[in-house]
Amino acid sequence: MAAASTAADEPLHRQLGLTDAELADIVALLDRDPTDLELAMYAVMWSEHCSYKSSKVHLRRFPTEAPWVIVGPGEGAGVIDVGDGLAVALRIESHNHPSAVEPYQGAATGVGGIIRDIFSMGARPVALLDPLRFGSLDDPRTRFLFEGVVSGISGYGNAVGVPTVGGEVVFDDCYRENPLVNVMCIGLLPRERLVLARAEGVGNVAVLLGSATGRDGIGGASVLASAGFEEGSEAKRPSVQVGDPFEEKRLIEACLALLDARLAVGVQDLGAAGLSCALSETAAAAGNGMDVDLAAVHRREPGMNPVEVMTSESQERMLAIVRPEDVDAVLALAARWEITARVVGRVTDTGRFRVFADPGAEPTGTPPLADVPCGSLGDGPVYERPLARPADQDALQAADPGPVLLARFPAGADLADELLALLATPTIADKSWVWRQYDHQLFCNTVAGPGGDATVLRLPGTRRALAVATDGKARFCRLDPRVGGALVVLEAARNVACAGGVPKALVNCMNFGNPEHPEVMWQFSEVIDGMSDACRALDLPVVGGNVSFYNESRGRNIDPTPVVGVVGLVEHLDAPPPGIGLPAGARIVLLGPATAEDLGGSEWAFTVHGLDGGRPPAVDLAAARALHDLVIGLVADRAVDAVHDCGDGGLAVALAEMACAGGVGATVVPEPGIAPAAWCFAESTSRVLVAVAPARAAAVLDRAAAAGVRAVDIGVAGGDRLTAEGAFSVLLADAHAAWRDAVPALVAADVHV
Amino acid sequence: MSARVGVVVFPGTNCEHDVVRGVEVLGGRADLVWHGDRALDGFDAVVVPGGFAHGDYLRTGAIARFSPVMEAVQRFAAAGGPVVGICNGFQILTEAGLLPGALQKNAGLKFRCETVACRVVTDRSALTRGVSTGTVLDLPINHFEGNYTCDPETLARLRDLDQIVLRYVENPNGSLDDIASVSNEAGNVVGLMPHPERAAEAILGPADGAVLLRALLATAGASARSGDNG
Repeated sequence: MAAASTAADEPLHRQLGLTDAELADIVALLDRDPTDLELAMYAVMWSEHCSYKSSKVHLRRFPTEAPWVIVGPGEGAGVIDVGDGLAVALRIESHNHPSAVEPYQGAATGVGGIIRDIFSMGARPVALLDPLRFGSLDDPRTRFLFEGVVSGISGYGNAVGVPTVGGEVVFDDCYRENPLVNVMCIGLLPRERLVLARAEGVGNVAVLLGSATGRDGIGGASVLASAGFEEGSEAKRPSVQVGDPFEEKRLIEACLALLDARLAVGVQDLGAAGLSCALSETAAAAGNGMDVDLAAVHRREPGMNPVEVMTSESQERMLAIVRPEDVDAVLALAARWEITARVVGRVTDTGRFRVFADPGAEPTGTPPLADVPCGSLGDGPVYERPLARPADQDALQAADPGPVLLARFPAGADLADELLALLATPTIADKSWVWRQYDHQLFCNTVAGPGGDATVLRLPGTRRALAVATDGKARFCRLDPRVGGALVVLEAARNVACAGGVPKALVNCMNFGNPEHPEVMWQFSEVIDGMSDACRALDLPVVGGNVSFYNESRGRNIDPTPVVGVVGLVEHLDAPPPGIGLPAGARIVLLGPATAEDLGGSEWAFTVHGLDGGRPPAVDLAAARALHDLVIGLVADRAVDAVHDCGDGGLAVALAEMACAGGVGATVVPEPGIAPAAWCFAESTSRVLVAVAPARAAAVLDRAAAAGVRAVDIGVAGGDRLTAEGAFSVLLADAHAAWRDAVPALVAADVHV
Repeated sequence: MSARVGVVVFPGTNCEHDVVRGVEVLGGRADLVWHGDRALDGFDAVVVPGGFAHGDYLRTGAIARFSPVMEAVQRFAAAGGPVVGICNGFQILTEAGLLPGALQKNAGLKFRCETVACRVVTDRSALTRGVSTGTVLDLPINHFEGNYTCDPETLARLRDLDQIVLRYVENPNGSLDDIASVSNEAGNVVGLMPHPERAAEAILGPADGAVLLRALLATAGASARSGDNG
């Protein structure tokens, strides 16, 4: 496809990724043929990446409102009220395709881009979370991508001075050619500093701040992000931008200082589609027009043509809308932070977006290089693409691995090796090799860092804290996208609840395959409905999101991968939350619906035994809500001494992680009425393990009963072995070693010179 | 009156507010000093905090040493005032010649952010005065270039003159002689790779960094009373 459409004999609009019908729309709205610059601007602005043309009709179904939502989807970031005059800005974005082409810079610039979204709202970026997905770690190219992406996040995030406090790393062959690099950023702002991307005030000027504009990232949105990968994607490398964290650090400080001094009426970051997007969108949002002075744009190299200047995606640039009388003060502030600042545009009342080559030097009346209705660039086509349930969906769901596995591991079978194998799968194994490379402590807000269910960040100057988690489980979404979508939301909210946080806002990064495949659009639509149902049940508004389509390579789409970030609020944080470490002597209580023989899509079935298919665990939204509320209360009242979500690998893995963290073993008794192997490894949803001193265990059981949540005392912490009677008994030291050493051992397979 | 600490900010510095907070929760006062400033009047101690001053471009600390404020830091140190460089600040002080040795990339070539145990080697530095030698402190590290090195003569002198302030219990980065912190001969200028300001409050984990910051505030208070830091 790529080879055909870039052939020189193709008409320009097709080379740029526009369809014939889209060109006809452009001609109709201009009532003439577009100039080359106009065509290039429409091509990037109407690309899938910028216009959401395939996803818009579905995204509208997300619930987005709640009393505490200040800014919902559609702005640079969502913003919620967290009390005491403080607000939290949050957003998540993908940088999948750039990271597949050049992992270090792809990941680095993904971090840079999301940070700009946050401080463009007037918020100080205080935390990053990085949900990452790669192929199998025993593949050398995967290790190259994995290590490159982690280095890029570390190199950029640490230097820009925003701590990376969480995220996840998942390994699954469906991402082998198409890794997923999602980045979430959280910012804090005093409510009154909130600023939107609006070019208010005719006569105000647009000031471009930051890096010089270069030829890097030309057409990144349309070339990289809006098409799949074929052989020869190395040729797309010039479309990957290069990051400069020092420039971004100074840009953060300069922009926040500028807002504190009330010198800007509107701010927008420059991301996909560069100047074309930032200048036209800010004007359109305020119902105004914009005249652009192309010659004023500071450039990295001579000889750049207007298309390159207007569509470059050079990093570390911001746009501020400034009153004319404040320009000198803005330039002085930029100079203090050693930031270049140039007046590149003027807000007009024409409603037109006009680009002039060099208005100062040209005779009056010289026609502009572009002259289009301001809103038309951001008002791209909307497609209701066909949906089709995949023909093999029934067969996939029928291939339940449960009976196979339970026949292979009947009651009485020794499951010790199964547990050790699960603990050593890279998705479950210890990821401190990753997060030790991230500064996760800067700003001294990190009360609970990476490695637990949720990160806890105190809110300076208050007793409150944020609990934050990111989650995704694509395999469930492939087996049943509607159920899978709900499960992803529930898991992230449950993780937040385990840290005592009441879930308040969700952002999503929708990583999907080719939207031109009806099966992919069906998955997309179903996932959105499942997510929406779960969000409604939890009173959890969606405040922002990002869609990444075309995650396919060599004709294979990735599993449908919605990744969500949930921010919860902890009302009183006077001490760190209990955490997952088992204390010796504690009773271990399983909260939540009874474990079912849910092995479809489980780590045990798929990763350890290579058995695909089946159905994901069933969802009971009311039971989930009741569990979350109970756990939040138990944590808030310090009624439990340890808490851990049962997720990947099921109950046995959750128990092993608690034992490793606490440095103490445990003995539990599998419940009757279910095959022991399913009890150990099924991933039935809405289950949480808590540990509590024996004297207080009855109180926990009582509270669960009062809340209508099933609670079973399954055993006790202690000793140096991890035992489920009749199922497995392993030395804690062996379990710990399997879990701790797996990832370092795999990455050490490469020789570093 | 509580000691007043000047916290130097270069473009790219990022730990300045954490140091201010750490000092303040321990009862001190702290103010930011811009790298373009040329005076440190009224301060009882100076901290050069962590981060990536001038982007760490060229080499860590290599550009920062030329910022105007560094002449004032030199004078402040020469007058006997306590000066502490944390992480990137340590790198800057070595580049500026205020401390011996240099910091190179970690053995293993990875950034490391974790809490490590450090043993107090001397109680004569501005950061450890009054802290018992042999005390083990759990302190956060956060660096790519923390691998301390110097020539054999310098190392011998550091040992002879009691200039090694902290040693890692388990060396995380390949530092020569497990060195985590050194001082100048007088003991008033100290550089350390761990971040005591990140361990100043119990809610964040072991608050062992407070031990060092309290010692610094006590030293600063004493030097303020004797008026010996021009």
